[in-house]
Amino acid sequence: MKKYKSLAAQEARLAFWMLLPAVVIVASVILFPVIANFWISFKSIGLGDLRPPVAILRERVVQTPKKPGDELVVTYQIRNSSRDRDLSDVVVTVRIPKGASIADLDDMWTVEGKRTLKSTFDRWEGGLSRTFELRFITESEYFTRDVDPRSPTSAEIESASKNALLSSPFTLDNFRKVVQARHFSRSLIFSFVYPFLGALISILMGIMAALLLNRTFRGQSFLRGLFLFPYISPIIAATFVWVFFLDPFSGTVNALLLDTGVIDAPIPFLNAWTIDISLFGMKVPFPLARAMVIFFDAWRYFPFAFLFILSRLQAIPEDLYEAADVDGAGYFKKFRHITLPQISSVLGTIFLLRFIWTFNKFDDVFLLTGGSAGTKTLPVEVYDNAFGRGDIGAGAATAVLLFLMLSIFMALYFKLLKEVDDE
Amino acid sequence: MNDRAISGLGMTVALVLGVFYTILSEFIWFLAVSLLGKTNAFPPLLPMVVAGVLVGLSNGYCKVRIRGEKRQILFSVGAGLIIALIWLLLYGFKASLTVKDVFGALITFPIIKLLSRNAMKDIPLSRTTKGHVELMVVKILRAFGLFFFTLIVVFPFYFMLATSLKSRAEYLMDPANLSVNLLQYPSKLFGGYIEVLFRFGFVRFIMNSAIVAALTVVITLIPSILGAYAVTRLRFRGRDLLSRLILLIYMFPAIVLVIPLYSVFTQAGLRDTRLGLLIIYAAMTIPVALYMLRSYFLTLPADLEEAGLIDGLSRLGVIIRITIPLAMPAIAAIGLYVFMIAWNEFLFAYMFLDTPEIFTLARGMVMLDDQEVPRQLLMAGAVIITVPIMVLFIRFQKHLVGGLTAGGVKG
Repeated sequence: MKKYKSLAAQEARLAFWMLLPAVVIVASVILFPVIANFWISFKSIGLGDLRPPVAILRERVVQTPKKPGDELVVTYQIRNSSRDRDLSDVVVTVRIPKGASIADLDDMWTVEGKRTLKSTFDRWEGGLSRTFELRFITESEYFTRDVDPRSPTSAEIESASKNALLSSPFTLDNFRKVVQARHFSRSLIFSFVYPFLGALISILMGIMAALLLNRTFRGQSFLRGLFLFPYISPIIAATFVWVFFLDPFSGTVNALLLDTGVIDAPIPFLNAWTIDISLFGMKVPFPLARAMVIFFDAWRYFPFAFLFILSRLQAIPEDLYEAADVDGAGYFKKFRHITLPQISSVLGTIFLLRFIWTFNKFDDVFLLTGGSAGTKTLPVEVYDNAFGRGDIGAGAATAVLLFLMLSIFMALYFKLLKEVDDE
Repeated sequence: MNDRAISGLGMTVALVLGVFYTILSEFIWFLAVSLLGKTNAFPPLLPMVVAGVLVGLSNGYCKVRIRGEKRQILFSVGAGLIIALIWLLLYGFKASLTVKDVFGALITFPIIKLLSRNAMKDIPLSRTTKGHVELMVVKILRAFGLFFFTLIVVFPFYFMLATSLKSRAEYLMDPANLSVNLLQYPSKLFGGYIEVLFRFGFVRFIMNSAIVAALTVVITLIPSILGAYAVTRLRFRGRDLLSRLILLIYMFPAIVLVIPLYSVFTQAGLRDTRLGLLIIYAAMTIPVALYMLRSYFLTLPADLEEAGLIDGLSRLGVIIRITIPLAMPAIAAIGLYVFMIAWNEFLFAYMFLDTPEIFTLARGMVMLDDQEVPRQLLMAGAVIITVPIMVLFIRFQKHLVGGLTAGGVKG
């Protein structure tokens, strides 16, 4: 018994070591940042605060000695690179040049060794700039030495500063700012509409494409590969192509529609908030840019649904259809009563997965419209806050909101996955 | 019942199919001619319907009166040519006829005839039932669906390729025209590529992308293989929980990671380095790779490995000598998948890289997105970033398709 136990312990220890590299990488680059994001969301931090403030020293010679006995006068300007953040432990070191001696010494300086002067400040306020002067009396030896005329005393400075990420106080300001921003509710609503409709349309297209290719005919595997192109192509190439062929002035789609007289004026597909469509004589505003972003999503990700549905379709036993044939069921009846129930469980999973991924997606909307014309989603909002406005704290707060909403969907997904498992 | 007679319903089916195939084919022809040459006016509906009715009628006649596959095909081509002449007479009165129109009609109508004859193969015209009408609807939907999907998939990529070969003056003159004049000097035809590759430094970006993606594959696969082996073959507490956690992490949004990683990497000096990017890519792909490998390892029999252990191999020896060779197809597919993810990645490359010497292709593309830079160059860049992925995908399609489906849902 004891032997078995130690064997199990041995196995567990081995598992630990084998899992360690993966766990360390993922924990430090994914889990830690998520936690850090929560932390930052409670701090008032801007993009500029990421670079720590430093003390800057400028040494200037005010009076150059001409002959032995003359005075060498040097000023030292010390300032804080940050306007609002304090420095601590500022230490200035000045070396007395050979052949010169100090004329008179303030008590802010302490002499160390033969030729070193030191001055220490515990705290140096943000934006503070002060100038000090030192006077040296030269002897003839001074003129025989090779002294740097710009910096005869080779002054140096050191300073320390607190990390803004760690030191600044906790606050709820970021969340207040984000939620009270003017168009927050609008982008929040679109953040849900976009993945919902995008996932829905991409799944409908996926079903259609899968039904088309769920037969053996010449060119079937070629078409299957072709249908996957939107999904595997790099996002930056796909979005640029869309932006260009939808361009109102030099885009192919507009040119084609204009030439054939379908439209009278070019349509700015990706920049138009709404466009009036006449329906039975009534003008109905249609949210064009938002629709285009959703269509793009459906176009790019239908192959994902298509692949899953196709592999599921191919797993449906043939005799189900044969039995239906005997009963004289038509194509649509067979689809409704055999195909649809067989793929419904995979449809639910795909929908949730696509919804979650599209909800998280930043690249697509950012590259297509940059979030203009009502297409802003939460991920783009995160970017705009953090890097557009330079408010890291507000960006992190937006990301926290996004993450909290996402965790609801993830819980749903895992519940669904469990149900599928139990079946 | 006579096999050589046509019922009313059968006639309707023949006519509807005829009209549908005529309209669809004429539309495809119109699109092809417009995109590859001068924009044509779309043919008016009435002549098309008339021609479609003729197609349907002759199809009905062909089906009941003409025996033998070869003779039917011959008849269809002949009838197509006759309808083409009628079409030109009817349509030519209104529009000024060009050589292209004549040519087009003579090509399209025989094709329409052949296609619609083919579509009518399993529909008997004498004893047509409701089921056959449904079959007709399905065929129409199929044909339309194939056209629709092929169009939306092919058009953007063709647009990309064609635009990359056209100068600014050329595409501004007629944006609807996507034909490429292949009879130019290659240096002019591929001028966009030459400029992007050499003047904008894309040669370097290709190298950078390839290096980063290839190293990501290595850094991802080693921990993933070890981890997947541990999760599937070793017993320890929390094993199932860990498997679930891996899948959970797979769904974490990248945008939530950007701000903290940006902050920490800036302070640690890892921003704007290839190493920093590599670490992020590896961390992003390890959960997927581990999960997919785990699924695959579960299908491998453990007997061989146990035999190896009994024969005195160490665990590491078992993994290197037995598990990895057995799982090689899956490892190769997952490696390719990881390569594609790293190659395509935009967000972190965009946020983290500032120095052009270390730009990846995705980051370099942003540089071209400028009013001053001709669109030709941007599209040439798009082709350059897309083609390697397409080639890899087509070459290894069979393995990859399985991998892609294993990535999201189990099994």
